[in-house]
Amino acid sequence: MDLDEYRLRARAWLEANVTGAEVEGASDTGGVTAAKTFMARLYDAGYSGITWPREWGGQGLTQAEERVFAGEAKDFTLPTYVFSIGLGMCGPTLVDLGTPEQKARHLRPLLRGEEIWCQLFSEPGAGSDVAALQTRATPAEDGWVVNGQKVWTSVAQHASFGLLLTRTDVDVPKHKGLSMFIVDMRAPGVTVRPLRDMTGRSHFNEIFFDDVHIPAENLIGQVNDGWSCAVTTLLHERLSISSGVGMGGQKDNPVAFESLRHTVDTADPVVKDQLVELYIRSRALALFNQRLSQETKAGIFPGARGSAAKLLLAELTMFQADLATSLVGPEAVAYEDDGGPAESIALAPAMSLGGGTNEIMRNIVGDRVLNLPPEPRMDKSVPFRDLKVSGGSSA
Amino acid sequence: MKLVLTEDQRELRGAVRSFLASVSPLSAVRRAAESGIGHDPEVYRRLNGELGLAGLIIPEEYGGAGAGYAELAVVLEETGAALLPGPFLATTFAAILLTEVADKELLPGIAAGTTVATVALDGDRALNGVEADVILAIDGARVRAVRGGDRTPLTTLDPTRRQARVELGPGEEIASSEAAVARARDLFAVAVAAEQLGVLRASLDAIVAYAKVRVTFGRLIGSYQGVKHRLADMHCKLEQAESIVRHAAWAADEAPGELPMAAALAQAYVGRACFEVARDNLLLHGGIGFTWEHDAHLYYKRAKADEVLLGPSRTHRARLAELLEL
Repeated sequence: MDLDEYRLRARAWLEANVTGAEVEGASDTGGVTAAKTFMARLYDAGYSGITWPREWGGQGLTQAEERVFAGEAKDFTLPTYVFSIGLGMCGPTLVDLGTPEQKARHLRPLLRGEEIWCQLFSEPGAGSDVAALQTRATPAEDGWVVNGQKVWTSVAQHASFGLLLTRTDVDVPKHKGLSMFIVDMRAPGVTVRPLRDMTGRSHFNEIFFDDVHIPAENLIGQVNDGWSCAVTTLLHERLSISSGVGMGGQKDNPVAFESLRHTVDTADPVVKDQLVELYIRSRALALFNQRLSQETKAGIFPGARGSAAKLLLAELTMFQADLATSLVGPEAVAYEDDGGPAESIALAPAMSLGGGTNEIMRNIVGDRVLNLPPEPRMDKSVPFRDLKVSGGSSA
Repeated sequence: MKLVLTEDQRELRGAVRSFLASVSPLSAVRRAAESGIGHDPEVYRRLNGELGLAGLIIPEEYGGAGAGYAELAVVLEETGAALLPGPFLATTFAAILLTEVADKELLPGIAAGTTVATVALDGDRALNGVEADVILAIDGARVRAVRGGDRTPLTTLDPTRRQARVELGPGEEIASSEAAVARARDLFAVAVAAEQLGVLRASLDAIVAYAKVRVTFGRLIGSYQGVKHRLADMHCKLEQAESIVRHAAWAADEAPGELPMAAALAQAYVGRACFEVARDNLLLHGGIGFTWEHDAHLYYKRAKADEVLLGPSRTHRARLAELLEL
């Protein structure tokens, strides 16, 4: 099937199946049952796990189809938010690196919407510099025991499983002493606490691990090879954010060009030109994303160029919300039921921070797309226990 | 929508790129720019002969190659990146306009590379107006071909491409079509954007290469975030500019209804992006970038001249507003 045909079929399915009723109550704080029901329908229709291998429940297609579907889905409000981490990051990591047993156990329930996943990398002392993390996993009978704290964890309050990055060796440099595990979020010793963010809501959680036992078979990859596993996850994260995979969409985003043009006075030449600027930026990024899809279809993998797309999306998100509030004027600060400019400007920083800050994206584009020389690093050759890290001593 | 080059188009790009690298490196560009006619006729003889580029988009019935705008964009990106001096873009404008009005008289000569033609863009100014055998004048829907007229060379910012002030006599009316002229103007915008993409890419390549060899304070400058982050932003502009140019060329070939918007977007975005990248290429080179000997100023000047060639950016943005019915 060529991409245009695929697009038409996806569009038809979305129009027939996304009526708005399934979204009722399916916000990020509740309505998980409705979201799971919708996810099962998405799976049955063949739009869940579009790029995943068929033997694990996927469709065995390319990122081109996935981007096409995501592009169409942007015009609808899909209640898939609670699955976005599993679909965009944890699942693809398991597809790439999981054991056959792990894949057989986890992938299909994830795609069918039966189990929600979260990602447990960041810590209070390890954000951009995630390899500085301090949560420890120490060997124990039949596996490992974990102690530490994670933060910025979306959907953890609903999650059955988490993809956990821990430190397993402090006597080697920081990138060489990490290991990745699948953790049962209902295991004894796991505490999930909502973290109230600047929007006043709880999009994130902080997670505490107190002597949590993890069975040996839950290790992903090799012991102390967790960094390369994490790089795989982060690559999937940037691609999924930039292409909107598993993110659903927001129909009639009130600060996007198509909505804004109807709510501001376009007779004013300054307003008109600012809307033109918004159109130019939105269209430029949309065409770039479409080109990445077509290149993928042609066998050119976008790789780190996905970070350029993510950076541009973060800048557009901020520009758009900023412009909308400025154009609307004093009225803009009053919250509206359908999430007006006030909601958008309060949420806008999230896109520039989550999934790697704009500064980290620029480092990645510079280092891995333009192949610029790396910054001198003092943290790569020192054993982790001797390294200066935020939030206390490292050992 | 086709935003990725085909195998054939990549081959065409490779052929033009290696040809220009061998016959028209920047040292030759400088010599040609300071010569009497401002370009090297031998380069043009081979460009039009061996590569057949003068007739690229001219239909086969008039002696051209009958290729599309996707191919023309590939070629203009390369001539732009090489800062090829002389009337290549000017003659391309003429070929576009004459193809749109289906003129049989002048096209064969242009396709063969024996006629140098240009278009008077805003009444009295034309690229390569002194060298051109024929100047096409647009007056509303009417197109005239003028062989004589008074032509005064202008000293302009961009030494690699000449312009002239022209006072045209009546000439010969060769067509009158509002639709054809409107479409030709959009196609000029696509052509210039393709050249700008080449100038942008070459500017970015130059500063990325320099950032990997220039040392300050004991480090390669590309390792400083102050430099690296600006180069990353420049790369983002390149990605978006290329996407917009491919889209506009596709619209020119296959989606005429989308062309006006795609062409206006191309001028509004790519023109600005090209100048900003050429500017930052120059600035990040430091003092050496301000010297005559260094090539950065050649790209900077071409980028600015191109940005305003088809009108100031506000005209392209106003066009977008109009097409968007704002």
